[in-house]
Amino acid sequence: MGVEGIGARVVRKEDKRFITGKGRYVDDIKLQGMTHAHFIRSPHAHAKVKKIDSSAALKMPGVVAVLTGQEIVDDKVGNLICGWAITSKDGSPMKMGAWPAMAPETVRFVGQAVAVVIADSKNLARDAAEAVVVDYEELPAVADIHAAIKGGAPQLHPEAPGNQVYDWVIGDEGATDAAFAKAANVVKLDVTNNRLAPNAMEPRAAIADYDAAEEHFTLYTTSQNPHVARLVLSAFYNIAPEHKLRVIAPDVGGGFGSKIFIYPEEMVALWASKKVGRPVKWTGDRTEAFLTDAHGRDHVTHAEMAFDANNKITGLKVKTYANFGAYMSLFSSSVPTYLYATLLSGQYNIPAIHAEVVGVYTNTTPVDAYRGAGRPEASYLIERLMETAARQLKVDPAQLRRTNFITQFPHQTPVIMAYDTGDFNASLDAAMKAIDYAGFAARKAKAKADGKLRGIGVSCYIEACGIAPSKAVGSLGAGVGLWESAEVRVNPVGTIEILTGSHSHGQGHETTFCQLVAERLGVPISQVSIVHGDTDKVQFGMGTYGSRSAAVGLTAILKAMEKMESKAKKIAAHALEASEGDIVIENGEFKVAGTDKAIAFPMVALAAYTAHNLPDGMEPGLKESAFYDPSNFTFPAGAYICELEVDPGTGKTSFVNFVAADDFGRLINPMIVEGQVHGGLAQGIGQALLEHAIYDANGQPVTASFMDYSMPRADDLPSFNLSHTTTLCPGNPLGIKGCGEAGAIGASAAVINAITDAIGKNNLEMPATPDRVWRTIHAA
Amino acid sequence: MSTVKLTVNGKAVAVDVEDRTLLVQLLRDHLNLTGTHVGCDTSQCGACVVHVDGRAVKSCTMLAGQADGASVTTIEGIAKGDELHPMQAAFRDNHGLQCGYCTPGMIMSAIDIVHRHGGELDEPTVRHELEGNICRCTGYHNIVKAVLDAAGRMKVSQAAE
Repeated sequence: MGVEGIGARVVRKEDKRFITGKGRYVDDIKLQGMTHAHFIRSPHAHAKVKKIDSSAALKMPGVVAVLTGQEIVDDKVGNLICGWAITSKDGSPMKMGAWPAMAPETVRFVGQAVAVVIADSKNLARDAAEAVVVDYEELPAVADIHAAIKGGAPQLHPEAPGNQVYDWVIGDEGATDAAFAKAANVVKLDVTNNRLAPNAMEPRAAIADYDAAEEHFTLYTTSQNPHVARLVLSAFYNIAPEHKLRVIAPDVGGGFGSKIFIYPEEMVALWASKKVGRPVKWTGDRTEAFLTDAHGRDHVTHAEMAFDANNKITGLKVKTYANFGAYMSLFSSSVPTYLYATLLSGQYNIPAIHAEVVGVYTNTTPVDAYRGAGRPEASYLIERLMETAARQLKVDPAQLRRTNFITQFPHQTPVIMAYDTGDFNASLDAAMKAIDYAGFAARKAKAKADGKLRGIGVSCYIEACGIAPSKAVGSLGAGVGLWESAEVRVNPVGTIEILTGSHSHGQGHETTFCQLVAERLGVPISQVSIVHGDTDKVQFGMGTYGSRSAAVGLTAILKAMEKMESKAKKIAAHALEASEGDIVIENGEFKVAGTDKAIAFPMVALAAYTAHNLPDGMEPGLKESAFYDPSNFTFPAGAYICELEVDPGTGKTSFVNFVAADDFGRLINPMIVEGQVHGGLAQGIGQALLEHAIYDANGQPVTASFMDYSMPRADDLPSFNLSHTTTLCPGNPLGIKGCGEAGAIGASAAVINAITDAIGKNNLEMPATPDRVWRTIHAA
Repeated sequence: MSTVKLTVNGKAVAVDVEDRTLLVQLLRDHLNLTGTHVGCDTSQCGACVVHVDGRAVKSCTMLAGQADGASVTTIEGIAKGDELHPMQAAFRDNHGLQCGYCTPGMIMSAIDIVHRHGGELDEPTVRHELEGNICRCTGYHNIVKAVLDAAGRMKVSQAAE
């Protein structure tokens, strides 16, 4: 490892602009003649749009246009799509209602746009929006999963009777029933996985700029995947063919999944910019983020686990109801199916699993992938079940896990996933040692003497990342391939540009991706720049989500680097009059192995471009590209243990220690990996203790600002105690598994297991607020 | 419309604004100082923190007119040329930022915290004082480290002056 190579804790190259206020986010961009959009959004969860009167608004100063849902439908802008087809157990395709970018007839959640005001300034657009009169006829609404599937419930879409999108199954029901029939013990658990709002700190924003002469659009947008945005806007929404649409995602202030999707606001901005003949900018405010960014989680589950007399798991049955909100968002259908139920084996050898997932429409904001996406729900369920089982079977929770750990790899689970490698005992050992698990009983006794209830909670998670092998996901219904692409451009002076389809919105790619180049060529990272986030610059890309940028995106860069190096070696060998096979790359030089003959990398680059003395038949230039499609998912895994105290008088939880032992395979930059874990843990702990996107029975959101929705703050969280164990991923040449989501996947169960251990009662829903904990302690 | 006269990052400026203009709008929209961000509109997240007459203020919660005659410092104004402010350097060195959106407000709040506590800071105090700044990326772990690190650096640089 060089000082800037793989494994080095390199300080981030991108930081200088962020710490000096020179980051360039979408809202920082101003275009000549730019107008501002303000959306008129439904205050009702379910209503008919009877009439929109914009006559007064149109007379106000600075108002350019008021455009409605009917107009966007009339102009044949496509309805929003869901890109993953799921088939119900009866063989029928999932049942989807139409989702126009602005509602022409019916609104189905609070915040759905019905019209947009375009004006010379943001304030003028807001003022004019106040003067637009929308006549709604309210309809009965339903927000709760159980209420939505009851007979007589208000119906959202005629296409989906009973508000049911699909009823999907996975696994072997007969084998699972047989396992339960023979079980020595059965453990049952009901779990609600609370709905969350992603809340990236930068609100979504878009600027659309139409060039009438070229019939060309440019869209600046807060996207995790600008090429996917261009593809969808072009192929499905009829905005413009791909070569007439440039999508730029500049600095993006966090995503966590919520900026994967192509939202109505981008579609409307593009369409409106052509209609008004000026650039159109929209920047959401925080309440719009709560109302319109796709939410996460929101499952209700009943699960049963069968054990034999030796405490070995013999079967698992799961029934989950997943709330999709009012419309099917871009990847929503895959989240509670192929990203959730395929992880239900956890870290355990479970011979038979059967899971049924019912997708449900409600009059709430659409739900889609949020950090972890399905895997936190699976991990939470399994780890709560294991804890419940340990309590019921009266065995140590860590020991019960060890009894059931998968120890032989590869391991084919009964739910599609084939785990390639791992060492679950090693990460549990590391976590138990870090928290002094053996000394816990004494600490608990001491805390009791001080009037505090101390608890410890284990969570052993596994996730499927490196999303994803295209052929596999294609066979499961995905509408796209999930490979990644990269290009390596060596300039004649030997500096290097890496163009990547991955997108960094906090992950530090501008540093870690350079570290691979430094490792291979021995050049300083200051000689390398990373280009991303612009469809006119980067050849293509599937973007960043599912902890895929290192495992898939960086591997694509490696493949392109290998091609470039192969050509460079030929040039070097020719110049040094040596055999290509004898050339080695060291410290920025191409050397003839075992000799002192060498040529510096910039001279190789220059030779490639002067083309004065290249091997016969070789094309000039030094630029290569690659597309990399992974052969399997990757399987990051680890053990988290939380120790905390509960004040029985107030129900307040205080952390004593939180340890995380993760196996991410090879680490490129441990400093950045740790940062990813810290952030993930905060979101997992936030779900466990604080966060809940709440609707009343009529579908009115009651948590639509930071005044109402409890975001984790610095004094809600502890410092974390991290360590790593390593099994290299055999599925990619760098041995990388991915680290972006682990914290959010593993943390919630550790916290709830610890609180329920502390209070001696097993049933406690998230978020475990002091009020809820106090009531649970004192319930009869 | 009114003319607001103030000093921003050491330069005197006079800006004609609508009376309802917020200080953050004056900075971002009129002076193109886009390092100051808006994250919540309800004075909760702290992405918009600047210094007004040396004190940390949420610029989304102050009218531009209220800053008439004041001296305002933004994230763009704390480095001395190429020399970073110790708090900026500490955020970089401790990986106290990821997406960078909350970072300017964090840094401006953190400088104020160190000033108010005279460098006598510990982890619980930093966590308590950062209550008005929300970060979704870092879990605050490295932000807390950065603030404690910078408190030491600022003490040293003050002693040197």
